[in-house]
Parts: sequence; structure tokens; C-alpha cells
Amino acid sequence: MTKRRVVLDVNGRDHETWVQPSDTLLDVLHDQLGLADVRYGCGEGVCGTCTVLLDGEPVSGCLTLAVQAAGHRVTTLRGLMGPGDVLHPLQECFLRRGAAQCGFCTPGMVLTALDVVQRLGRPTREEIRDALVGNLCRCTGYTKILDAVEEYADLAAEP
Amino acid sequence: MTTTELGQAYRVVGTSPAHHDFVDKVRGSLLYAADWQLPGMLYGRVVRSPVPSARISGIDVAAARALPGVVAVLTAADIPDNRITERASGGLAELEVAMPVLAADRVRYMGEPVAVVAAVTPQIADEAAELVAVDYAELPGVFDVTSARADGAPLVHDVGNTLVTWQIRCGDVAAALAAADVVVEGEYRTQHVEHAYLEPEAGVGWLENGVLTLRVSTQIIEHAATIAQILRLPQSKVRVIATYMGGGFGGKEDMTVEPYLALLVWHTRRPVRMIWDRQESLVASTKRHPFLMRYRTGADRDGTITAQQVEIIGDAGAYPNLSPRVLFAAAACACGPYRVPNAAITSSAVFTNNVPSSAFRGFGAMQVTLAYEGQMDLLADRLGLSRARVRERNFLVKGDLLPTGERLDTCVEVGQTMRRALALLGEPPRPPRPGTLTGRGIGCNRQPYGRTIWFRDRASAWLSLQPDGTVLIRSGVTDLGAGQAASLCQIAAEVLGAPLDDISVYIGDSALNPPAGGTFATRQLYMSGNAVLHAASELRERIAAVAAEMLGSSPDQLEFADGRVHADPEGPSITLAELAAACDQRAISTAHLATWRAESGSFDPRTGQGDTFPDYTYGTHAADVAVDVETGQVTVVRYAACHDVGRAINPMRVQGQIQGGAMQGLGYALAEDLAVQDGYVQAGLFANYLIPNSRDFPDVEVDIVESGEGKGPLGARGIGEPPIGNVAATIASAIADAIGVHPAELPMTPERILALLDQRPSATRKEHHR
Repeated sequence: MTKRRVVLDVNGRDHETWVQPSDTLLDVLHDQLGLADVRYGCGEGVCGTCTVLLDGEPVSGCLTLAVQAAGHRVTTLRGLMGPGDVLHPLQECFLRRGAAQCGFCTPGMVLTALDVVQRLGRPTREEIRDALVGNLCRCTGYTKILDAVEEYADLAAEP
Repeated sequence: MTTTELGQAYRVVGTSPAHHDFVDKVRGSLLYAADWQLPGMLYGRVVRSPVPSARISGIDVAAARALPGVVAVLTAADIPDNRITERASGGLAELEVAMPVLAADRVRYMGEPVAVVAAVTPQIADEAAELVAVDYAELPGVFDVTSARADGAPLVHDVGNTLVTWQIRCGDVAAALAAADVVVEGEYRTQHVEHAYLEPEAGVGWLENGVLTLRVSTQIIEHAATIAQILRLPQSKVRVIATYMGGGFGGKEDMTVEPYLALLVWHTRRPVRMIWDRQESLVASTKRHPFLMRYRTGADRDGTITAQQVEIIGDAGAYPNLSPRVLFAAAACACGPYRVPNAAITSSAVFTNNVPSSAFRGFGAMQVTLAYEGQMDLLADRLGLSRARVRERNFLVKGDLLPTGERLDTCVEVGQTMRRALALLGEPPRPPRPGTLTGRGIGCNRQPYGRTIWFRDRASAWLSLQPDGTVLIRSGVTDLGAGQAASLCQIAAEVLGAPLDDISVYIGDSALNPPAGGTFATRQLYMSGNAVLHAASELRERIAAVAAEMLGSSPDQLEFADGRVHADPEGPSITLAELAAACDQRAISTAHLATWRAESGSFDPRTGQGDTFPDYTYGTHAADVAVDVETGQVTVVRYAACHDVGRAINPMRVQGQIQGGAMQGLGYALAEDLAVQDGYVQAGLFANYLIPNSRDFPDVEVDIVESGEGKGPLGARGIGEPPIGNVAATIASAIADAIGVHPAELPMTPERILALLDQRPSATRKEHHR
């Protein structure tokens, strides 16, 4: 297959890269651009470990072709951090609440959680549960993740 | 605060700091096994059998080798010593069956590796794997333990289909059952379960200075010795580095990618990466053993158990893996946290042509919970006693004998955990709507922590006070994500008084770290926690003499805190850096290696008497469920869990272990089933294997008992495995309370619940139509 040149806007920077039409966004971000915060977990769009924001909306990197992402803003977890890798307030809540164990699901979980808070303002715990349904966690039992997202939603809702 | 084992109030132990690996994890910057690239790296792929039982009449690799970009295609003939051997279990001879790395002339399960390829891209490796032409002549197989043990059953291995049988005997069961006021009987069945860690099996290997080095997601770096044997290399020429894992749960306790990576690196002399597909992992990785358990329990009219007869048969699948030990743990824990004066327990591991079963959080001691707790519920209902009452009457206490003849030498606070778990639930639930039955269940358990005692377990740790007063820890521990490394830092910080941020921990390297023996069996806090506690205490004792001299005090008066050593709270103090410099001037080493040894003992497999495990963690879960009588759907309304952890080194991590373990247990109880049909795994997609999501179950409410009587550091007990054990029993108990029929088969799907609802004697129906 012939490769084609694409320019991907990832975390606010343009990356020029050569991809095959069949290359997934996950493969290109992880293997070519070295973004280890986007992870292969199932390749079926079921587990959520490859979640990225495409123009602000959570998508599965394993179900998105790299060529489809051209012309759109791609945000990975690292894109949330400020200069000097200052943690996003939602990441601080994850730390404080002990919302990570193995950490493999964490980037996707944080991105999806950020989206629901941004969409709904102060979502209820049940609304957060609904939003995170496509981001599986095998370690925490979700309780501390929900605690962290609720804490962040409270912070974000403050005037 | 009270004075403690360390002679000073705890400052760090008992708090819940977020430690180094957690910061990396929420940053997304932690590099897992798949996140490693090297120049010239190849991509490896395993070719697997599509059938469960067949003779291999030929393998043609010519087409695969001819594909441009393919660098190696290897088969059994390319392996110096084609055996993955397991050390025998205590008292038993060496296992006669070894698993081949690559099948030579016979495949025994679907997914068994037959060849391995390396290519310059993952796509070419996939294509080459497709081009490996294997001729399979299918053979009859056996797919369940009952047919495997029948006369004339096809043999999985020439030695016969029973891999191992354990017996534990005490008292006279036949006489006690005959004399019992009541006897209750149950037959319980559990299913194949997938670990489903979110990080699939992965690693990268390379050659460096003549040393074969693998950086892999593994619970056990000590597999380096097995890899050396397979390649007939000196053990000094194989190095295994364990990454922080994206979950393990026992599924990375056996080797996964290691031997295949090692073969490809050794043959190609190039770096190789291998990642198993999720679908490949579902089909071919090890599973939790399905158990068939038959129990007969005799008791007095007041509920006191007098006898228990137990038969357990575990489906080992096609190869031994860790089945002998899993079935041993099942036998040793078959009677749960209860006093059973007359017991006859038999457990067997049986070969089938199913995917191999092996370690999975709970390790045999968890499957039996469904059965021994089911028996308690049957007994309670038969005698008209409450579920709590019948349990209280039989709980073990310190000083009691187990059926193996061992005396319990630490406290048993299972009663307290039961009362606290029930207190968390509060008032019993009301049916949410007509057509719904509600019930409350409890499930108590006894789960070992630490290896089987005959392994004479030990762990080493090395600590160093650096010239600037910071601290290094080196330990061969591997970290599954439960904070195994972080706990070591908290213990060292407590003893040496160094701020947590000043402590770095280097783990998981078979070449550079003192051996810690792998992370499994809920053993690392117990083993390496004690090793670090001893290393730090011995180091402190050495340098305290110098500090006392500098401060004009005596060593036992000193307090190590906040990066300083204080003569007394108001008196003079020096920094750890000043102390390190003073030690340096006196040529006193500020580095120290300590080895901690678990207690040892022996077990006689002929008499079924002897020592089994160093100690146990006890706990109780309680749940309220609602059962929809039309659909059979079970809704968990509330869920509470309480365990005695001895001492909580990091309470938040303890809660996390309990919540996560309970959630895995809820999946096991109500949904997860790999569904292996005639050797074919039905759940070929992750979408078909349902692990709990954020919406499936309520929050797990947690209470912790700290009895201070564990054998871990500072009185801690292990909590990694225990909290998964109670769940299925708790949910079954709640369902039985709701519908009046006792579930005995997992998972408790709506179809199975509907079938149970049909069995209800109409007299016992208690439907609520409010």
C-alpha cells in the first residue's frame, strides 16, 4: 500500500507524518509520534484505553483512521497539561482521590470525564457513570474514579 | 497516637500519600511494556492452533519465510530445550508433564503456540503468521472434568488425565455425619474466567553485552532462569526487567510473551517487540479454574458444624501450569473461616483439552467460598437460624486447629468484619417495584497471604542513605498497580525519617535488584515489606550509633523524622545528610542488604496433615439485591465489604484493593464467562466478554479492621487477593434470601435465576406487591 502524507494537529502542534490509509490513529500516535498515553487495549473500541479527544469529543483511537483525523484537533491526556507539565485540575483530583491503580485506563478515563463535565457542567454521579461506560477499569471498582470526577465537577462549577 | 512497634508514633504509615508511580500514571507518562522502541526493532507474532486437539502432521514455513520483510519463522525444531517446567509442589514428585514452548507433534488446546515469526513491521508479521501452513489431523478431546475422568476417556497426556490429587483428613467424618442432627448437601460449579487486565501481554527484548534482556509486563522476573534453560544459556546471560504492569491479577504470573520474545531475539540477534492482541489474549492466556465442588456438612441442632466432606475437581486445561498449587490452596481453605472437627477433603486437578487454567487472584481459595458459604446458608435455612447466627457459632478463633492440624497463631476477627459489613448496609431494603424480590446476603472468607509454607520463602531488599540524605531502595519486587513499590517507600520513610519525596525505589530487575520472589499470593507486603522494614531498621541501628555520638545522646533516645535525627523533641538535631557525611568520615557504610525469611514447615501429602500457609486474611461482604421475577435480572442495590488488614500501611490503597477486588468479584458472580464449548473459546471478542463497567454495580462501601496481629510489617495482613473471594458467595446468599432457592452455579445469569425461580416451592414464595 502506498503511504500518504498527513498533517496531524496533536496537542496544539502540527505533526507531519506518512501513513498508510489503513493505519489507525492509535498506531500513528503511539508508534510514530511516541505518545504512550494513547494505548492499545482491545482494538475493538470496547475498552477505552486509546481514547483521544477529536475536536473536543472522545473517540477511540483504534476505530479512527489516522487519515480521518487530518484537519481536526487531536488531544491526548498530555495535551491537558500546562507549561512545565503542570497537572490539569482533574488530574489533581485523580491523584488526591487515589483514582488510579495500574494506571492503564487513566488517560482515557480522564479525557472522557473531562468531556462530560464540560458538556453538563455539574453532572450527577449517575450521569458520570453513564458517560464513563466505555472506559473500562479492572482495578479500582470505579468508586474512587467517580469520587475524583465529582470533586472536579464541584471545582469546575465554582464561580 | 500510641507508641508502636518502632518505638515512636507512626508519621507515614497509616497515611495515604500519592506516590511516584501514581503521579506518572495520571500524567500518562509511565512507560508500559508496549511503550518501548529500539533501533532496528522487529515485531513478533505467535502462530496458534485453531483446534483444541490434533496431531501435527506437518508444518510448512517456506511461504512465510519467503515473504519480504520476514526475518525469522521458528518452530519447535529451533528450540534448544522445548520445555516450560514447573517446580513440583511440596511432598510431590517432579511433575511428569512439561508444557512445550512450541507444540512439536501434538496440540492440546485451541490457541496453543506452534510457531513464532518476526518481521520488520507488525503487518508483515501478521501476514507471515497466516502463511505458516500447519497440517492438523484432529483427535478426539475431553472438555470437562467428568468426561476426562471416565473410563476410556481420550488422554490429554500419556500419564493420564488426573494431574494431581490432594487429601486432607482429620477426625472421623463418616461417623460424625452419621451422628449429625442435620446434614446439608450442595454441588457447586464455577466457570472459566479471564483476567482481562487492560494492558495485554507485551514486551521488548534485545541483546546487550551478550546478555539476553527482556523488558516485559510480568509478575515474576525469576522466570529468567526458565528462559535460560529453554535456550540452554547460562542464567547469568538472561536478564528480565518487569515494567509497572497495566494489571496482572495472576495472569502474568506464568510466562506470557517471554519465551517467544527470547527465541526471536536469540535467533535474529535484533531487538523484537511482541504484543498479544486482546482477542489472542482472550483465547490463549491462562484462565481461572472452573471448579466442581461437592459438599456434605453435618451439624448439631444449634448450628455447630461437626463434619464436612468435600470433593473439589478443578479443570486444569491442557497443561499443568500452577494447577497443583491452586488445587492445594482450595483444599487447605475448603472449610473457610469455620471450625470443622471432622473433615475429609479431596481436591484434584484434571487435564482437559481446554485452555490452561492457572493463577488468578484468589488462587483456588476463592472458588471454594461459594461452596462453604452456600453450605452455611443451607444450614441456616434448614435450622431456622439467621445467616449471621450460624456463622458466629462456628467462626475460628486464635488457637483453633485447622483440618490440617495447624494451630492458628494470630487473631481471627471475622466476626467483627461481619458485624461491620452488616452495619454499613443499615436497614434492609424494600422491593423497588412490584414483581421484584429483595434479599440480603453475607459472605465470609479466609484467604492465605504468603506462599505455601514448604517453599521456604524469602525476600531481600537493599537500602542506601545517600550522601545528601536521600534514600534508595532496590528490590526485585514487581508492581501490578496495587502500590507494591510505594508501600516499601512508606515503610522506609517511617523507619529512617526521610521525607517520602526523598525516597526512590528501583524494582523489577533480575540483574540489578536483590531477589524478592515475584508478586503473587498476596506475598509482597508480607515478604518485601518485612525485608525493607528489617533493612531500614538495621541500617538505622548502625547509623544511630554515629548520630548519638554527634548529638551526645544514646541511640535508643533518638527520633528519626522530617529528614533529621533528633536527640529529643526539643533538643538538638542533625540532618540525614550530616549523618551520612559523618558515617562517610568514619568509613561506615550507609548501604544495607537484608533478607527476610518466612516461617517454614512441611506438609505430608499421604496423611494430609502439616503446615500450609503462614497466615490468613479474614473478611466479610454483605449485599442487598433485587431480583426481577419476570426477567431473572439481579440488581445489586448496595454492597459493603470489611476485612481485617492487620494494619493499613496506606488506607486509601487498602480501600482501593477492596473496592477493585469486590468489583471483579461482582463480574465473576453475575456476568463473566469465557464459555469454552468443546474446547473452543466462545468469547473471541472483548465485546463478548463482559467485565463490569462504571454503570453495572453500585459503589463498594468499605470498612477496615486493624487488629494489628498480621505477620506482615508492623502487624499488616495482605489484602491483594482476599476481597475477590467473598463476592459470589455474598450475592448467592442475597439471591437465596430473596427467592428461597440457593444458586450453586456461576455466573448467576438471568437465565439461571429464572430456572431457579421455577424451582421455588410455592409455599416459600414471598413476592411483594406493594
